[in-house]
Amino acid sequence: MTVIIGLEIHCQLNTQTKLFCGCSTDYRDDGPNTHVCPVCLGLPGSLPAINRQAVLYALRVAKALHCEVPEISEFARKNYFYPDLAKAYQITQHDRPLAVGGYVDIESEEGKTRRITLTRIHMEEDPGRLVHMGSPDRGRYTLVDYNRSGIPLIEIVTEPELTSPKEARRFLNKLRATLEYLGVYDSDREGSLRVDANISIKGHERVEVKNITSYKGVEKALTFEITRQRAMIRRNAPIARETRHFQEARGVTTSARSKEFEHDYRYFPDPDLALLQVSSWVDAIELPELPDARRDRFMEEYGLSANHARTLTGDIRLAEFFEEIASDMPDIAAPWTADVLLGELYYRDMPVTEVPIPLFRALLFELKQERITDSSGVAVLRTILNQVKEGSSPEMPAAIIERLGLGKEEGESFQEIVASVLADHDAAVADYRAGKAGAINFLVGQVMKATRGRADPKEIARIIEALLQE
Amino acid sequence: MANTVVFDLPDPFNAFITRCKEAAYGDGPLSGITIGIKDNISTAGIQTTCGSQILAGYIPPYDAHVITLLASAGAAIVGKTNMDEFGMGTTTENSAFGPTKNPADPTRAPGGSSGGSAAAVASGMVRMALGTDTGGSVRCPASFCGIVGLKPTYGRVSRYGLIAYANSFEQIGPMARSVEDCALLYSVIAGYDPRDATSCNLPAPAPVTPEIKGKKIGVPEEFFGEGVSAEVATVATAAIDQLQGLGAVIVPCSMPSMRYALAAYYVISMAEASSNLGRYDGVRFGPAPDFSRPWHEAYSEVRRSCFSEEVRRRILLGTFALSAGYKGKYYAKAQQARRMVRADIDRIFQTVDLIAGPTMPTVAFPLGQVTDPLSMYLADILTVPANLSGIPAISVPCGRTDGLPVGLQLMGRHGAEDEILSAALAFEEGSA
Repeated sequence: MTVIIGLEIHCQLNTQTKLFCGCSTDYRDDGPNTHVCPVCLGLPGSLPAINRQAVLYALRVAKALHCEVPEISEFARKNYFYPDLAKAYQITQHDRPLAVGGYVDIESEEGKTRRITLTRIHMEEDPGRLVHMGSPDRGRYTLVDYNRSGIPLIEIVTEPELTSPKEARRFLNKLRATLEYLGVYDSDREGSLRVDANISIKGHERVEVKNITSYKGVEKALTFEITRQRAMIRRNAPIARETRHFQEARGVTTSARSKEFEHDYRYFPDPDLALLQVSSWVDAIELPELPDARRDRFMEEYGLSANHARTLTGDIRLAEFFEEIASDMPDIAAPWTADVLLGELYYRDMPVTEVPIPLFRALLFELKQERITDSSGVAVLRTILNQVKEGSSPEMPAAIIERLGLGKEEGESFQEIVASVLADHDAAVADYRAGKAGAINFLVGQVMKATRGRADPKEIARIIEALLQE
Repeated sequence: MANTVVFDLPDPFNAFITRCKEAAYGDGPLSGITIGIKDNISTAGIQTTCGSQILAGYIPPYDAHVITLLASAGAAIVGKTNMDEFGMGTTTENSAFGPTKNPADPTRAPGGSSGGSAAAVASGMVRMALGTDTGGSVRCPASFCGIVGLKPTYGRVSRYGLIAYANSFEQIGPMARSVEDCALLYSVIAGYDPRDATSCNLPAPAPVTPEIKGKKIGVPEEFFGEGVSAEVATVATAAIDQLQGLGAVIVPCSMPSMRYALAAYYVISMAEASSNLGRYDGVRFGPAPDFSRPWHEAYSEVRRSCFSEEVRRRILLGTFALSAGYKGKYYAKAQQARRMVRADIDRIFQTVDLIAGPTMPTVAFPLGQVTDPLSMYLADILTVPANLSGIPAISVPCGRTDGLPVGLQLMGRHGAEDEILSAALAFEEGSA
């Protein structure tokens, strides 16, 4: 049963001002209805005036995603009633979008490049936001906050070419990385992304799932929906062509409305706005280095493996973090960032931007100087991250090493520890002498335990072998 | 600065919805001149209703662009004038604030939808007024009340703050008792405004001097065709003879696309209106809805009870014209017809400088006479071509029949306000 998935991704552009008025878009720390004016409140008589920066941002995306920008595009009104929609119509683009075609290259499970074709990119305004007092069903009233009203959005529509939830997730990750590299989008902003997905099993009706608001949600919603559709097919139940809502909290989709009741949005060109003739702007747009190019450069410049390079360039914050710490020790910085740090951050739900760069650099330096072992290094890193997370000021790695006694065991006293471990484990020593391969690993483990991880396993093995040869 | 005029005149014709007892004014070309503002133009701090129950009590927090311009030209804004609800009417009887009467004959309607502005000027309550013209709403009441009214080129006057009825047609226009005053008010409100994306950047208006000699004036036969009363035709023909007497060259011509003009105008204007008026849902405007009901039912109830029958009719027809399955048949067809009218007018202007004819097919209607919507719509036949094509047009008084004023309409090329004002001035002086 082949799965066919197409996505419509709405992203907020991080312009200074709204799409059709001069109100600031930076409202997240402010009270409701504080970033509003006659235009975004839809007051009678107000008129939209297009924000040039928003058009440039959208064109930057179009260029980066290899779209064609037609000579003329047009804003249209999408008419519907909803309490969050100030004018009872949304200014969007319908018949003549800003950009058509284009593609995003992602990597398939087998590591091959897969090209996902785009249908179009168009611009539109965000509606306001409803705040329900109490539960939506039984709440006594609902308030409207127009701060979000008029925030510029781009809608990116893919062809139905994605074949699994995982692939959809990879596509979105790549798209997000690209948009952030372009400096037009900030995934940290709450509500900055909304996805609608069209999902079908080949040969059956298509279902649209709306209201997916997170990257993790996309994979969850698609997985649920595919399972639901497959189960229906197995029971020979027909799949209705319908719109379903994703309930993020419960991880399920529920029926919203069937096709017969679909809205008629009565699109028509917005008579308040002139035609957009901006295709000539595209040539002058200079694109920054994008994720694929940065990955190639990381391999070239720092000698990273393809895997490390891809991981480290998959998020612009991570890539910039790496470049700040990597310059003189990329060989240590790459595995410690991509393999160790990322896992520890994920576990703590911390962004890489909170990692104190000088401390992480100092830790890498301790490791480079071989003053501590890898496992001690992890202990130091965890201590630093926990201190940041708790809000206390983090210690220097040297201080942590000193305080916790994590310095590497070396020299005569270390030799003594090894010797006493050997003396305590006659049986294992005998096994070793008898040529049993596993015996040495057991002995190394016992020394590690005795030194609480402060000794290098290779060094331990070397000393054991030397002592037993005597 | 800080001068005020006291405005306490009686209002026997119900020209105003809101009157300011005192109006401040400053220095400038309009210093101290009393001006009435049609009630669909936003005025900060002064109730702005559009003649509708749904906006009763609405006090805009901002000024329309033209209000800012008037204030800095020193004008004294003394009140907000009556109008057909949202501009939807040709009589100023369709107002939630009662009908306006025609000062030329109080048993008659002043025309509409800027009837309050026309009556305020014609009765002498104010020296000038602003109206708005979507399908003739400045020129019709000017004609019926015997004053001068100009619809500027589309984009010449900023619509910022003008409460939309049909965005792609409407312009704010000056109304006055003389061409000179009309030109003065026009020179203040014309100009580019970046807040209106349909605003155009044209040279500033030139001073107006009488000028008509040698001008070629096209007279389309359709302007004297079916529906135009014999009495009006007679007065208008005499006026055109007068233009000829002043040295103009009269060129008979034809505008066959006028057959489609009214239908095109009404389909497009209703479609745009159906979208523009969606925001009046009871959440922010009008009486608070019954919150115990589902929101869409509450919306419906507010809209049913606060909009007049004519407004509801136009919203419903406009919604229909844009609906899936009918859009191609109505809205798209109407746009096609609109292009035909434009092409027709462009063609005529290749050989003439101005187009002339009567403004309205009849004189002012008796109050309460126009009851079926279709005959009201038909009255716009001579004014809508200018709105469909965006060209400027003026109505100047050109005589009376049975004691009722008749208006002469002069239309010019895009941006040719100066030319039609100069011709109108020459006519006014020549016929005085």
